[in-house]
Amino acid sequence: MPRPERSDMSAPAQALRQTELHSLHTELGARMVAFAGYDMPVQFPDGIVAEHLHTREFCSVFDVSHMGQALLRVEGGGFGVTAAALETLIPGDIQGLAPGAMRYSLLLNEAGGIVDDIIVTRLPAADGWSGDDLLLVVNAARKQGDFTYIANSIPQAKLTPLVDRALLAVQGPTAAKALADLFPHAAEKLANLPFMHTVSVVDGGHEMLISRSGYTGEDGFEISAENGAVEQCALRLLALPGVAPAGLGARDSLRLESGYCLYGHDIDETTSPVEAGLIWAIAKARRETGGFPGAERIMGELANGPRRRRVGLMPEGKSIVRDGATICDQSGLDIGIVTSGAYGPTVGGPVAMGYVRADVSVLGQELFLSGRTKPVSAQIVKLPFVAARIFRGGRTA
Amino acid sequence: MSAKFTENDEWITVDGEIGTVGVTSYAQDQLGDIVYVELPTVGKTYKAGDEIGVVESVKAAAEIFAPADGEVTEINAALEDKPGVINSDPAGDGWIYKIKLSNGPQVDGLMDDAAYKAFRPDA
Repeated sequence: MPRPERSDMSAPAQALRQTELHSLHTELGARMVAFAGYDMPVQFPDGIVAEHLHTREFCSVFDVSHMGQALLRVEGGGFGVTAAALETLIPGDIQGLAPGAMRYSLLLNEAGGIVDDIIVTRLPAADGWSGDDLLLVVNAARKQGDFTYIANSIPQAKLTPLVDRALLAVQGPTAAKALADLFPHAAEKLANLPFMHTVSVVDGGHEMLISRSGYTGEDGFEISAENGAVEQCALRLLALPGVAPAGLGARDSLRLESGYCLYGHDIDETTSPVEAGLIWAIAKARRETGGFPGAERIMGELANGPRRRRVGLMPEGKSIVRDGATICDQSGLDIGIVTSGAYGPTVGGPVAMGYVRADVSVLGQELFLSGRTKPVSAQIVKLPFVAARIFRGGRTA
Repeated sequence: MSAKFTENDEWITVDGEIGTVGVTSYAQDQLGDIVYVELPTVGKTYKAGDEIGVVESVKAAAEIFAPADGEVTEINAALEDKPGVINSDPAGDGWIYKIKLSNGPQVDGLMDDAAYKAFRPDA
């Protein structure tokens, strides 16, 4: 039997970094794998399928401290100047963010490819934070390169990696209840916090940035806490009824069912936001005006259509089609590649995403995926596989 | 007889000329949640070492190989709907197929329990 642990983007074993919760993971019986240079839990004893289903029904805690967090500020410039500086590297509207509001955006290269997908937050003006500053959260495997790229491209801005902070994702339909129990003094402001907004909460003398956001398609929160406060926070969460730890395995199957891209698989330096179906991350005004790296290609693709498009793929049968599989049309001609493929526990069968030639990227299109031994029939389907249940304020959508 | 083991983490028990084959507890633990099993075809003959099926987990696909020459006489069809039985009972209800051995002594050459434990000290 092969050792199945995925170790893409990993550093040699002896160089692996640990998050602040490493010893807690070990105590909880996690199976650890190398991921993006960190020794991370891929699963706990319940296993990936159980952790996935628990997240969809109750609440799971994920350690995502390996992701990069950094503050961005143009000294003396105020929010507008900092936001405008960042907008030279991304296609999103940052200047329009209210304090506490967040945006999913894309760091682009000159060829219009995606350097990373990032979350940009205008910090709330509270508890020592300034509403003039931006918080960037970037992928673990990309953080060094991202930070260098940003620092070199907008030298007038000061980028401060928050190396003393950890990040927890608390995800699932009962996550709001868990946070209300954990932070009773902030229960109301957390309950009313809309999706993609951040507040500052002080708990036991520790300041935490809590956002309503996530990567699972469920309602949920991410807690950015000081390294010294995160273990206590995690332990108190895990002591609540219905709250369980979950690893990177469940995080991956949850995000795939929810149609979210995984950097390095579904998007990379060659894929454009238009090809990836992330046009919504390009601010409407900027689709006309440009002013971001690769604007020529991206505006051209917006006008004339891209060469290829990311699509959802539903394989027939039960065999799992994994990333790297070739996509062929009925005549056997190579028309694309699978970039994510896995078992979807909520779907109850295989699910996949990939890129196909634009002219065949039509819902319902029948095609073939190269299987382990023989081609697998599949159909292009609408993403997501499982509808999001995020909290938009007032109701759970 | 007691089970014998392959280096690919399959087990086989033999009753007369019929061998029953599955994967070991170590294998299911390494793979994690098993979500699909590609079963062999009843009536088909295999040589020792031939790929005979696949066990797929959320993390990986693992080929299984015939431990000895023979003809498949029965498959565990219950695994088609409940492949997770391999996780919960790998040495019992999680058996995968039965094979009529055409070269019985081949099985004697496989590892016994003590040898397999030495081969997989982590198991």
